[in-house]
Amino acid sequence: MSAEFVQLSLVPLLIGTLAAMACAVPGNFLVLRRQALMGDAISHVVLPGIVAAFLITGRVSTWPMMLGAAGAAVVAVVIIELIRRIGRVEPGAAMGVTFTAMFAGGVLLLEQSDTSAVHLDVEHALYGNLESLVWLAADGWASLGDRAALADLPPELLRMGMAAALVLALTALFWRPLKIATFDEGFARSQGIPVRLLGFGLVVVAAIAAVAAFDAVGSIIVIAMFICPPAAARLMTNSLERQLGWSMVFAALAAILGYVLAGYGPGWIGSPHAVSASGMIATISGLILALACLFGPARSRLSAPSEP
Amino acid sequence: MTALIDALLLRNGYNAALVAIGAAVLGASAGATGTFLVLRKRALVSDAVSHATLPGICLAFIAMTALGGDGRNLAGLMLGSAATAGLGLVLVEWITRRTRLAEDAAIGAVLSVFFGFGVVLLTVIQNLPTGKQAGLQGFLLGSTAGMLYSEALLIAFGGALAAAAILVLRRPMTMVAFDPGYAATAGVPVRTVDLAMMGLVMAITVIGLKIVGLVLIVALLIIPAVAARFWTERSGHVAAIAAAIGGLSGYVGVALSASAPKLPTGPMVVLTCFALFVISLLMAPARGILARALRHRRFQIAVHRRQGLLALAHGEPVIEPLTLRILRRAGLIRADGVVTEAGRAQAAKALIDARRYEIARRMHHEEAIAGRLVGLEPIETVLTPDEIRVIDQRLGVPRSV
Amino acid sequence: MAARQAPTLAASDGITRSAAPDAETAPGPLAIRGMTIAYGEKPAVFSVDMSITPGSMTAIIGPNGAGKSTLLKAALGIVPALSGTVTVFGRPIGEMGRRIAYVPQRASVDWDFPARVQDVVAMGLYRELGLLGWMRPRDRERVRDCLERVHMAAFAGRQIGQLSGGQQQRVFLARALAQDADLYLLDEPFAGVDAATEAAIIGVLTALRDAGRTIVCVHHDLSTVSAYFDHVFMINVSRIAEGPVATTFTAANLQATYGGRLLAAQIRDLGLGDVPRPDAPCPAPLRS
Repeated sequence: MSAEFVQLSLVPLLIGTLAAMACAVPGNFLVLRRQALMGDAISHVVLPGIVAAFLITGRVSTWPMMLGAAGAAVVAVVIIELIRRIGRVEPGAAMGVTFTAMFAGGVLLLEQSDTSAVHLDVEHALYGNLESLVWLAADGWASLGDRAALADLPPELLRMGMAAALVLALTALFWRPLKIATFDEGFARSQGIPVRLLGFGLVVVAAIAAVAAFDAVGSIIVIAMFICPPAAARLMTNSLERQLGWSMVFAALAAILGYVLAGYGPGWIGSPHAVSASGMIATISGLILALACLFGPARSRLSAPSEP
Repeated sequence: MTALIDALLLRNGYNAALVAIGAAVLGASAGATGTFLVLRKRALVSDAVSHATLPGICLAFIAMTALGGDGRNLAGLMLGSAATAGLGLVLVEWITRRTRLAEDAAIGAVLSVFFGFGVVLLTVIQNLPTGKQAGLQGFLLGSTAGMLYSEALLIAFGGALAAAAILVLRRPMTMVAFDPGYAATAGVPVRTVDLAMMGLVMAITVIGLKIVGLVLIVALLIIPAVAARFWTERSGHVAAIAAAIGGLSGYVGVALSASAPKLPTGPMVVLTCFALFVISLLMAPARGILARALRHRRFQIAVHRRQGLLALAHGEPVIEPLTLRILRRAGLIRADGVVTEAGRAQAAKALIDARRYEIARRMHHEEAIAGRLVGLEPIETVLTPDEIRVIDQRLGVPRSV
Repeated sequence: MAARQAPTLAASDGITRSAAPDAETAPGPLAIRGMTIAYGEKPAVFSVDMSITPGSMTAIIGPNGAGKSTLLKAALGIVPALSGTVTVFGRPIGEMGRRIAYVPQRASVDWDFPARVQDVVAMGLYRELGLLGWMRPRDRERVRDCLERVHMAAFAGRQIGQLSGGQQQRVFLARALAQDADLYLLDEPFAGVDAATEAAIIGVLTALRDAGRTIVCVHHDLSTVSAYFDHVFMINVSRIAEGPVATTFTAANLQATYGGRLLAAQIRDLGLGDVPRPDAPCPAPLRS
């Protein structure tokens, strides 16, 4: 049992948890800035970025694709800003125009190019394949100390870990100006904080998290992790620092519970087939949010508790 | 090419023609409905609605299969999708009203969680004995290939029904979209109209599932409406133009998709629509980028020119580089910065005009507040000679310039 | 700048210099020249000069939509200006940010933000603490002291969304105090606040002015201009008048600023005497 767990479940669990946390951290600011749907937009445009990178390089290799995806996210953000500012279109509509068009372009490119030989398709892009990230060289917990077995770890794990560390480090470094600019943009500008650059940086960090996580869990889970844990966390506390903590706890909880339920849940009701882990993670994060909406101590504007 | 022309001229058989017409009607309905949605600043609510259809489709499939029927019955699937879409919509409203979360967070949460749950159900269906041929993936991105006659008929009929509803409701919806406060005082039941609007959004989403797919249907609701805004300032016209853009996108997109293999329907419709949007954004004479940039540049030059002339008249240094460039190009100062004869004359005139405007603003308050007496144009183009004479008397300027 | 000869006209052209500030002698706390701000082609502020007297307390007044707040924001570089220059103590604004404290309109932020009163005041220390600097005990003391000065020390740990409008305004003022600036720019600090708050704010501002600091407020209540301020700047898209309250806050200037919106009776209530009739009636309707 433990050998099988380490082989089949440990790595997906870790990747899922890291992905969820990496997305939840910038998600806190996106939710507070009323930009929650920027996460939606970013995760949709990852697909055209990956396809474009594949078409340019001609093969499925990780780094070009991640660069392509990150590039597409940046392009999307710039286009959204241009449409919003120059065209004077409200942000939601500007996002809607941009990400649907780019996603449509991505699907078209994908259909037109010969990707049948490689593992690249729309379904995979939408809901990932967390279950496939197995660690076959492992034969128990002891493998964690086995150099040869460790070398066989899916590379997604290291990548996700690095992305999560980067997201956390950047958030910590720019915590203070981010907090000020999110609360009071005019004051932030008067303090010499480059508000627009900071906002752009936030979206880029979100894009990094999305791109790294997308590879493992697909774009829809990315949206769920951007929004649900931070939104639930907002309903738990009135302190930004604690909100961040709650959001990471909720993200991890959703990832672990979701993965376990998807893998083992059907067995409990007598079905031999597992269901989609990333879909289940999104579902659990939604249930957590629902509970927070019903019982969170800071759920409504009126019931704000005073804190020491 | 001939394939495309055949498709555009509806020569690809009865089914294809019906689908193209259905897509056009659907696009037009979506464009018009989307206009009201975008004006209400609720464009992305439709994204939540469309993603929330997935679990409904799956549940309907499972239910119909369990009851021994054909799980792929389009009418049944549409009914199921409408049910969960409606639930998603209710949840967005509930979260926004009951908690401190803003609407965008509520939309994102409902969208991703419903879709995630739908994906779980999809994997459940795949493991059913009948699930392998379910073909539900087609609902993600739309697929008109191999559509049954009855399905095409259903879509065309549904589209027509939605269009009829829009025609009936267009007055109250326009009023609510442009000015809900006024609409309420005029006796329009704002809440009911909002509900009807959302009902239309749901209907269009459900009808469009098979053609455009649930991931992209939101494009048909948003893009035509945003594109139409560039062409006109008149409220009534926006919806009509959006309907035209949406209809054209639906028709051309479906035709393009049918003209060659590997051109998926949903993306083709959306990309056609986006192309029309880009043209509108750039070219539209009323609010397009090019037209506005030109107007803004002219205005900026006028401001800097006047500012520079006043500085010259006051004997103050001109510092801003743009001002210097404009003065130099107009021959008002020489390249080395020395004021030319024309510069002197115009500076003197600008100064007198500035003083006249100051008096004029005091005399004609209402015009001043309305922004007509800012003082950018030569004063003769704004005031009559008589008015200028009166001002000059008060100013004590003996000569007329 | 001095190296290059800037184009000027000789003063002997018979054109008298308008009352331009003698910027050379003592650089004023805030000097704006030729500021135009436009959204599209409609100017919100047109060709405005402004020169704030050191150690003064100036009210910027004008009707709604006259560009009061916009002018303040453009002076700070928060909204872009179409043309114009701003100097603070004789230097470009970018170099002098440290000496300016800005209090935005209370309604411009979402008070539902998860933060406590003391967190907001501590934001005023941003320039000193930088990205990662820790709050030292004496920083905390300063935050407490600033809250003390606006009578809000008891609320230091309170969630900001739970405060009344007046209390929120005082928190904003405390944040500005924490900056320990020389020039204070406040956007409608008295809008929608209770009498106690208004008294507290004016007390703090007066004390600052008496300590040699310069205060500029966008202000909407004409009845308190004379009591609260020593200088006034009147604007209606263009500058109408600027100077000491005693000589500038006159019935004629008010009429010029507010036009028909300000009834003669209101002006009389301000104790400024009768409104001068426009001595020359409009001869003909304006051409459109």
